[in-house]
Formats: sequence, C-alpha cells, structure tokens
Amino acid sequence: MTLIRRTVLGALAALPLAALMPQIARAADTIVLGEVNSYTRLPAFTEPYKKGWELAIEQINAAGGVLGKDLVVVSRDDTGDPATAIRIAEELIAKEGAVMIFGTFLSNIGLAVADFANQKQVFFLASEPLSDALVWSKGNKYTYRLRPSTHMQAAMLAEQAAKLDAVKWATVAPNYAYGQDAVAAFKAELTRLRPDVEFVEEQWPPVFKIDAGPTVRALEASKPDAIYNVTFGGDLAKFVREGSLRYLFDDRPVVSLLTGEPEYLEPLQGETPNGWIVTGYPSTDIDTPEHKAFAEAYMAKFGEAPKTGSIVGYNSVLSIAAAITKAGSTDTEAMLAAMEGLEVSSSPTGPFMFRAADHQSTMGAYVGKTALVDGQPKMVDWTYADGAAYLPSEEEAAKLRPAE
Amino acid sequence: MGFYLAQLLTGLANASSLFLIASGLSIIFGVTRIVNFAHGSFYMLGAYLAYTLVTTLQGGIPGYWFSVLAAAVLVGGIGLVVELTILRRIYRAPELFQLVATFGVVLIVQDATLAIWGAEDLLGPRAPGLDRAVRLMGEPIPEYDLALIAIGPAVLAAIWLVFHRTRWGVLVRAATQDREMVGALGVNQAWLFSAAFVLGSALAGLGGALQIPREAVSLQMDLSIIGEAFVVVVIGGMGSVTGAFVAAVLISVLNAFAILIFPQVSIVLPFVVMAAVLIVRPYGLFGRPGSEHGGAEEPEQPLRLLDQRSTMVLLALVAMLAFSPAVVSDFTTILLVDVMVATLFAVSLHFMMGIGGMVSFGHAAYFGVGAYAAAMAVKMLGWGMLPAMALGPVAAALAALFFGWFCVRLSGVYLAMLTMAAAQILWGVTFQWQEVTGGDDGILGVWPAEWASSDRVYFYLALVLCLGGIWLLRRVAHSPFGYTLRGVRDSRIRAEAIGIDTRFHQWMGFTLAGTLAGLAGAVFVFSKGSVFPDALSIGHSIDGLIMVLLGGIHALAGPVYGAMAMVLIEDWVSRLDYWRFIFGGIILTVVLLAPDGIAGGVRRLIQLVRRDAA
Repeated sequence: MTLIRRTVLGALAALPLAALMPQIARAADTIVLGEVNSYTRLPAFTEPYKKGWELAIEQINAAGGVLGKDLVVVSRDDTGDPATAIRIAEELIAKEGAVMIFGTFLSNIGLAVADFANQKQVFFLASEPLSDALVWSKGNKYTYRLRPSTHMQAAMLAEQAAKLDAVKWATVAPNYAYGQDAVAAFKAELTRLRPDVEFVEEQWPPVFKIDAGPTVRALEASKPDAIYNVTFGGDLAKFVREGSLRYLFDDRPVVSLLTGEPEYLEPLQGETPNGWIVTGYPSTDIDTPEHKAFAEAYMAKFGEAPKTGSIVGYNSVLSIAAAITKAGSTDTEAMLAAMEGLEVSSSPTGPFMFRAADHQSTMGAYVGKTALVDGQPKMVDWTYADGAAYLPSEEEAAKLRPAE
Repeated sequence: MGFYLAQLLTGLANASSLFLIASGLSIIFGVTRIVNFAHGSFYMLGAYLAYTLVTTLQGGIPGYWFSVLAAAVLVGGIGLVVELTILRRIYRAPELFQLVATFGVVLIVQDATLAIWGAEDLLGPRAPGLDRAVRLMGEPIPEYDLALIAIGPAVLAAIWLVFHRTRWGVLVRAATQDREMVGALGVNQAWLFSAAFVLGSALAGLGGALQIPREAVSLQMDLSIIGEAFVVVVIGGMGSVTGAFVAAVLISVLNAFAILIFPQVSIVLPFVVMAAVLIVRPYGLFGRPGSEHGGAEEPEQPLRLLDQRSTMVLLALVAMLAFSPAVVSDFTTILLVDVMVATLFAVSLHFMMGIGGMVSFGHAAYFGVGAYAAAMAVKMLGWGMLPAMALGPVAAALAALFFGWFCVRLSGVYLAMLTMAAAQILWGVTFQWQEVTGGDDGILGVWPAEWASSDRVYFYLALVLCLGGIWLLRRVAHSPFGYTLRGVRDSRIRAEAIGIDTRFHQWMGFTLAGTLAGLAGAVFVFSKGSVFPDALSIGHSIDGLIMVLLGGIHALAGPVYGAMAMVLIEDWVSRLDYWRFIFGGIILTVVLLAPDGIAGGVRRLIQLVRRDAA
C-alpha cells in the first residue's frame, strides 16, 4: 500500500514536468492548423462539426494537400471556458506551430479568441459562433466568420414572417446575448418590411433552464397572432411539448430560428410541430452534385447523415485551404490579404465568398417548413437563402465596425 | 381567474419535480453531512435509465410506471456503490472533504453518460394515459402536471410515514439531530448512512425519471438542476424534508408568477429568495440550530512557523520559479501565470475557510469583481494598466465588505450558501446589465500596457503580485489578527468570553480574503485580455473550493498544492478523449489515498521517507 501511495504521489508530483517536455517536431512538409471548440460542453453540436472538418482534411490531403503540403489539425477542447480557450490558442500558436486558428461555437468564446487573435496578430476563422458583434461592433482585422450570423438568419425569417397576415407578435428567446440579438434583429427587419406589426409579449427564459409551462401560459395570455421562437436544444423540446399540450400553436404560425437544423430538429422526433417556418439544413434532400458527393462521402466515412455542424466544419477547412492556396504561403498578412473577398467557388452548399468590408462569409442557410414525413422530422418546401441577400451593404457594414 | 389558477397549477407541478430531488439531497445531508454535488448526476441518470426502459418496454401504462420505479431503484443501487466504495472510506476526513469526491463522481458520470447514450438529446414518450390536457375553468392543464401535483405530496407523506412509523426512520431522524449519540447507543452507523444515501439517490433518480414526459433527456440536466436543488434544501432548512417541500412550492410558484411581470428574473430569483430567507431566518424555514455543520472532527493542529530548512527549500523553489522563463518555452510561462492566478485565488479562499472557518461557495464573486473593475477602469475610464490593477482589489474589498456583513451572521453550510447567493446575484447583474458590463459578450481588449506586453514581462508582474499576495496572507495568518481568527474558528464561545468581537474579526477576514481574490482577478484579466460573466460563476467558485479541499484545508501549503494540481492536471488531461472520466478518476484516487488532502499526503510521505532513512 505504501509503495502504491508513493508511486502515485510521485507520479502526481512529476506531472508539471510533462509541460516542460519538448514537443515532437512535426514534419516540415505539413501545415498545422489550430482548432479549438467546446467538445465536452456541447458534444451534440461539436461532434458533427469535428467529423465535417476531418472529412475535408482527409479529402484535401488525398488530393495532394495545399501548396504541396499536407494539412494537419491540432484540435483541443476549450471546456466551455473562454479563459481556457485563450490559453489553448496561445499553446496552439506558440508550441504546436499552428499557422492560424479556427473553430469555437459559443459566442463568448468566439469573441475572446477573436480578441486574442487581434492582440497576437493571428488569423482566426470563427466557424460556428453566431454573434453579430464578432464581425461588426467588435470586429477586427484578424477575424473572419463563416456561419450565417444571427442577423442574417433572423432576416431570412423576417422575410417569410412579413408574408403572413399576423400583426400581433410574441417572442420567446433564451436570456443571453444570442437570444437578445436574435429578437432585436427580427424585430428591426420585420418592422421595416411591415410597419403595421406590433410586439405584444416577450419571454426570456434562462438558457437550458426554461420553465416551459409558465412561459407558454404567459405567451398564450397575450393572445398573439404569431410567435417568434429562438429557444433551442433541450429548451426547444420542452417548449414544443408544453406548447402543444396547451394548444399554444393551434391556428398560430410559428417562426423559429435554427429549428430546421438536424441537431435541433431530430430530437423532436414524432412531436415535430407541423408547418413552423424555420432556418436549417435539410441534409438528406439537397441534390446538387456538390452536396451529393459530400453527403455520400460523409455517410460512407461516419455511417450517418451530415448535420449543420458537419457542413460548417467542412466548409471551414475548404475556406482555409482556399485562402492558403490564394495567398501562396502561410504568412499571416498574406492569408489575411487572401481572405479579403475570397471566393470559395464550390462547396456542398454552393459558392460563397468572404466580404472584405466586414469579414462575414456569404454562406447562406435553408429556409423552409417543419413537417413529419413518414414519421421522421424533416424540412419541407425549402429554398436556399443566399447569405449575401440578408446582409447590409458592404459600405453600411463597414460603418458598423470599429475604426482600425 | 382561470389564468391565474393555471399558472398556479403549473408552478405546483414544477414544485413537485423540484421537491423530489431536493428531498433526497436534504436526507443525505441530514444524516451523513455530505454536500452531495453528485445529486444532479443521479437525477440525470434516473432520466436516462427511465428513457431506456420506457422505450424498450413499450408497455403502456403499467410499463411506464414500472420503468419509472425501476429507474429509481437502479439509481439507488448506483448510489449504494458510490457510498460503499468511496464515501464510506472518507467520513472521517475534514468537513466538506467528501464534496471533492462527489465532484469526481460528477465528472465520471458526465462522460459515462455521453459514452453510453450519446450526445444528442433524447425525447421520451409522453406518459401513457396522461398525454393530454384537461380544461379547468376554460384553461388547458396537462394531465401529467396534475399527476405530478399529486405525486409530490404523496412522496412527502410516504417519507413522513417511514420516518415516524419505522424504527429505521426514527434512527434516521435521530442521526439527523445527533450523530454521536446515535453511535454511542450502539446503532450501526455505517448501514444507516448507506441506507440514507441509497434513499436519497433513489429519490433523485425518481425525480429524473418523472421528467421524461416533460423534457428531453440531455447531458445538461445534472448541472442545471443542482444549484436550484441546493437552494431549495437551504431555504427549507438542511435535513428537513417538509422544509424542502415548502421551499420547492415557494420557489416554483413565485417563478410562475414573476415571469409574467419581469420575464428576465428567472436567472436569479431562487437565489434572491434564499438570501432573503437566510437573512431573516439563519437556519432556513424549518432548520434547527446545529444543522449547519458537518460531523465532529479532530481539533486542528496549530499552525507552525517554518523551520530554517523548510524556509530554505521554499526560497529555492521561489527562485526556481523566478528563473524559469530563462529555460522553459513561452507557452509554459503563460501556463505558469494561470497557475499563479489560481494559486492566489485558492490561497485567499483557504484564508477564509481554513483560517477564518467560513466556508464559501461563492468566492469567485470577488475574483470576478476584481477582474471586471480593472477591465471597466481601462475601457470606460481610460485608466492605465497599473492603476486599473490597483482598482481591482479595492472594488473586490468593497463588495466583500458589503456581502460579508450579511454572511458572517450565519455559519456553516448556511453561510456558504449565502455567499453563493451573493455570487449568483452579482453574476446575474453582470450577465443582464449589458450597457455597463457587456452582458455575456463580456469586456474585450483589456491587454497589458506596452511595456508589459511580452509574455515574460507579464510573467514577472504576475509573479510579484501573486507571490506578494500569498506572502501577505501567510503573514496575516501568523499575526495576532490571524491567531484571533483561528481562535474564533475553533471556539466562538471561548473567544467571545475573552472579549473578542468575533463577528467583526470574521467580517474583516472575509473582506481580506475577498480583496486578495480581487487581486487575482485583476492579474487574470490582463493575462487573458477579456473577461466574461463566467469569472463570477458558481462553476468557478466550485473550482476554487475543490482546489482548497483537495490540497488540504489544514495546511497553509494546501491550496498551493491544490491549485497547481487542478490547473496542471486539467491542462494535461483535457488533451485526451473522455478526459473528464480520467480527471474524475484522478480526483477519486487522490481522495482515497489522501483523505487529509494532498498536503496531508505529502506530509505523511515525507515522514515515511525520513523514517526509512533513519
């Protein structure tokens, strides 16, 4: 026993030394990309994302890599904490020799890493965070963002919402920056398109802790013509279940952000509400040749249909590869110059580009309706909404950013 | 009218769910005095097990209720295993040390659940036979809500019967009041503890299983419920099952109505109610004086000054740290800054807990206030780095002065929970008050001044400030003020008898600990360049608590070991898949090998080595 105790304590005492050990030098013919995301905090969204970038890396390397070198991703878990994410970003750059950083899901972590990138002059491609602040009010020279932002997705929905007869609207959104941005953007866009609408009720349940019964009751009490929903994940399931039990959705159109994404839609299974207008990703139904090739490769490799995260992870790596190819080197300034107006001409979701003025990509989203098809949740009547149509013009967007 | 009735019934249905989990927590604490962080994990396991059973059996009404009960029984079994293999071995450890073990269990259960059931949320079927709504006064009320409203009081009645009509229940109540006496009368405490733990876990499992028809089963269930469950237990009075029921009703009904008027209130409401109750009734609604402390433990050994040899070793280690940037990589200096910040934070918390005898579940509040004050001084007042850094501890001192005044009126777990309420209220303000604090988008761009912007220079700045803070706290611990605080900790009555104003001393101790946590926060914010409400979160407070307890509360070196172990091990294991499982396993190993913390383990190791040498 004593011996074991000593060995274990000795091993514990030696742990700090592990940090001092020299890293195994990486081969010179590779390009190292740093990646950080909330793998343990939000596995439901980050696991498909990881599979997406893994597939892209595999395909690009099989086709000869970039600039004749293989891409290597060093991927780390940020544990859901912004301070840890920054430490990891430092390590990826200082120790692993990463030429740039991509990833992050939570908006606050995205903002923290973006600020770090600005301070340390590192190129950062924010893959998943939706926050408008990331490219606008807190945008910086070193940060680009791939996924269609809160504003863009809310604007896509507002366009559809304006076609409804509804005048009195109620909103329900998780009480944090994402929910607040999503409601503000939707209100602004809808009021612009339909000056006659009024917003009669707002509910702000804490994120992942919705008390669905009272929230549904409060919405019902305001007797709105239509409802705008921003809750997601577990909150969404509770909200849908309580709402349908209490007839909240009867004869009442619902417009719902992100609900068409497989990550959020599939868990609803047989209780998927019918006819909600949503943004999302009808992954198995898109039949462009690019998407078919992607989906088949994905299914073959992982044995499941791609999700929104998969497409974001995949397109992230496509964008980075395109940027490095265009730059001709992995020098930060060269990559940044390449990113300005970078065209990604072929991706599973169609072509998109990165706007020079506000560093937002024009990758779009799919807008459609929810339905149960053969007992499975699906998006139907969907169309692809090109992101470019839902962004302010480049001149206006540039004004939203701090002076550089 | 019908509308308010409906809102009331919804509130009552939620109260039943909350009561089930809180009652189990209360029973466990009452009998074993374990602050069981793993209770939320049992709740989550109950939900996952019930989901699997319900969907596999597909047995209609009997199948559903059988699954729910079976899940509760299974979770009780898991509770038994945890009690027998881990907790039973460490009942003699210092107060609250068992909490570290339950924290390890939380980590292990999280990854085990992810591995078994996958990452995606699982939506179970509605309860067969109770899957619709009935109309009461024209308002739709889900049938299942009505069932829950009945189940809560039924469970309460069952527990009451067991506690008042069975010998075992009488013994449990006796143990809740006076464990030593029960032991002295020849009752086998070990089995009593196991049985209470099993009952408590099974109730948590039942609470989780009954949630199946109401929400999707997800990996967030454990952490989302645990804070509220503690709040309910404390409002009701630790160990009081009736109290837990009343508190659950109070919180849930208040919330149901409050969101009609002020929808944002949900994030802090339970904590505000708890703070109000504790200020008026220091032992909760139904708690008794004496219900706040853990079991008896051996009196603490007095602190000893370092002998000459130890001083030299210590100085050598500090010198090594100071010269380390010359040999190690840039990234290691960054990691070392994180270690130093965590160490100062842990040492300040240890000063409050170990020296002052005041347990805190909300110490991150002062860390966060320090960080935010420094960040806001830079961003809004345009101050330079050094004056902003100086403002951090000052602001933290003011916050600690204010909240400490209320907290020192309580003791034990109630004091701890009031510090948590204070922290949560501050977190709520930071989170919600976007215009000033930036909300959860935080404050960005708080980087060191030009001259300190290199990693190495900032390392030395952090070294001076953190080691200075640690040295100061150590010095104070050995000062007359420190002796007085320790006297108050060991015997408040004797201290008062010799004319010491015990509350004032504790208040000042609280404030000093808060001030130094604020200094840690100020160093932290310039090393990361940004600050978010996470800095004040319960999770961060708990990290500090684990560092102090794991390190060993009875030694001044304890928090230093604890902080180093936590930061370095986490940095190391988080590179691996399923690292939380490994991390939890490491914590449990340390807990079992060194029930007096790492410091105690190291001391025994040194003694062994000396004896071998001799």
